[in-house]
Amino acid sequence: MKLLRHQVKWEQRLFWRSRESAVFVFLFPILLFALLTAVYNGHIYGRPASWALLAGMIGYGTANTAFAGLAITLVSRREIGILKRIRATPLPPAVYLTAVLVSIMIVFAIQVASLFALGRVLKSTPWPSHLLSLVPALALGVAAFAALGLAITAFIRSLEGSSAVLNVIVLPMAFLTGSFGPTRHYPKVLRAIGDVLPLKYLLDLINGIYLQGQQLWDKPTAVAVLGGWGLFGMAVALRTFRWEPREG
Amino acid sequence: MSAISVRDLRKSYGAYEALRGISFEIQEGEVFGLLGPNGAGKTTTIEILEGYRTRDGGDIDVLGFDPERAGSAFRERIGVVLQHSQLWPNLTVAETHRMFAGYYEHPRNVDEVIALVGLDEKRTARVKTLSGGQKRRLDLGVALVGDPDLVFLDEPTTGFDPAARRAAWDMIRSLRSLGKTILLTTHYLDEAEQLADRLAVLRGGVIIREGTPSELTSGSSETEIRYRKDGQEVVIRTSEPTRLLQHLTAEAVAEGRELEGLSVRRPTLEDVYLSLTAEHQE
Ligand SMILES: Nc1ncnc2c1ncn2[C@@H]1O[C@H](COP(=O)(O)OP(=O)(O)OP(=O)(O)O)[C@@H](O)[C@H]1O
Ligand SMILES: [Mg+2]
Repeated sequence: MKLLRHQVKWEQRLFWRSRESAVFVFLFPILLFALLTAVYNGHIYGRPASWALLAGMIGYGTANTAFAGLAITLVSRREIGILKRIRATPLPPAVYLTAVLVSIMIVFAIQVASLFALGRVLKSTPWPSHLLSLVPALALGVAAFAALGLAITAFIRSLEGSSAVLNVIVLPMAFLTGSFGPTRHYPKVLRAIGDVLPLKYLLDLINGIYLQGQQLWDKPTAVAVLGGWGLFGMAVALRTFRWEPREG
Repeated sequence: MSAISVRDLRKSYGAYEALRGISFEIQEGEVFGLLGPNGAGKTTTIEILEGYRTRDGGDIDVLGFDPERAGSAFRERIGVVLQHSQLWPNLTVAETHRMFAGYYEHPRNVDEVIALVGLDEKRTARVKTLSGGQKRRLDLGVALVGDPDLVFLDEPTTGFDPAARRAAWDMIRSLRSLGKTILLTTHYLDEAEQLADRLAVLRGGVIIREGTPSELTSGSSETEIRYRKDGQEVVIRTSEPTRLLQHLTAEAVAEGRELEGLSVRRPTLEDVYLSLTAEHQE
């Protein structure tokens, strides 16, 4: 426990000190929200557009922070030998990965709070009401995407390409699943693709809870699919996760 | 007590046999040097002992542990400098040490360690601003911060300037005087000669010679005599230097000439090493 606290503290310091993570992981969804609410008016899902965009950006932020951000961090540490070096210390690998995860959750929590605050200031969006549903929904989302993030590190060979590869996954996913606006008018094929992606189900949960006043348990399918993706990611990660760069 | 004991260690990468059954023992408090040309299997050996790589055969015992299965208790007691590794570019030297110190039950004083590796002036410098040799000193500091009983150093002084290398030697000697056991690989023969109580020369996955530095050099009995005759360099290797010298000098005196540029040299470890490793080249 002491080790976990120690490591979380240092992970936080590392995160905020790196311009890349602070800007691209933390700030980017917030900036995107500010931009989108400035250009979209009218209503989405029967609510003011800014409400829906706020929900969409929280979903996008989850994928961007827990999946892409986590994967880039781990790939870069693996490739320069930091992960390997850490393994020679008494810090247990599970504690290390937990600390990385907790740190990502802290960043994400601040990101979500900032999004709500910004929405409030810019467009008077309401604070979320069903926190007891929203918090577990987001926690499930972060966990599922973090598991997928761990899983994908094995398929990224070098640091150079990692942020490009991850953005090529995350941005289209966010687009296809409705982070940037409803997908009703998309061609059938694109909607079908969107329907299998995990972000779709996280957005379902967030939209239901924030926009429609539903509870987590009103959406068992979404919870199950998201959880399923998380378990799938975990299973892949357990088999393929590497601590050392390829050439050993 | 032996800190490390290795018996018939084998390791293959695919069809390639990197270690073909090597055995050695390192006593507690000993500095043991592993020499050998590129690709000899030094890093493979050291990383098997550190617990990074699995072996294909043989028995190893490191501080009473089998590194393949050992956990935190083993890692509390070892310090590691990898041949290639970097640390977080955005942390400072002091922060990096503090972060690592937090992983150990009984860490050393961080400031002391930083002073020991000569990074005092760089305490608050970001790691990314350090020079190559300074980064290597950081690796060394971080390896010592947990106050290990056994230290693995894989080419620890690569990239050091001569003064830094001397300082690192002093540091390794002071570690030794604290009773630490050290396993060291290096390509610098003078370093091995200066530091190691015993050496093993590895080539092609086999240990081709083992002993103290002086055993290694005295094992080869040849002495080298050089001089110039009529502007030509003459080099003679002999196992009877006294007799040959007397013959040469007597002849020169009789002819009233000088043995120009005369030198009599015992083979250095480097000579022995080079001839050893060349000998075994198939
Ligand atoms: N992960 C690996 N996969 C395949 N082959 C490897 C791997 N690691 C090492 N080898 C091979 O095993 C042999 C021994 O490598 P090793 O790194 O142990 O040598 P070394 O003695 O440390 O050399 P150097 O002085 O260059 O550091 C080399 O031929 C190398 O190509
Ligand atoms: Mg090596």
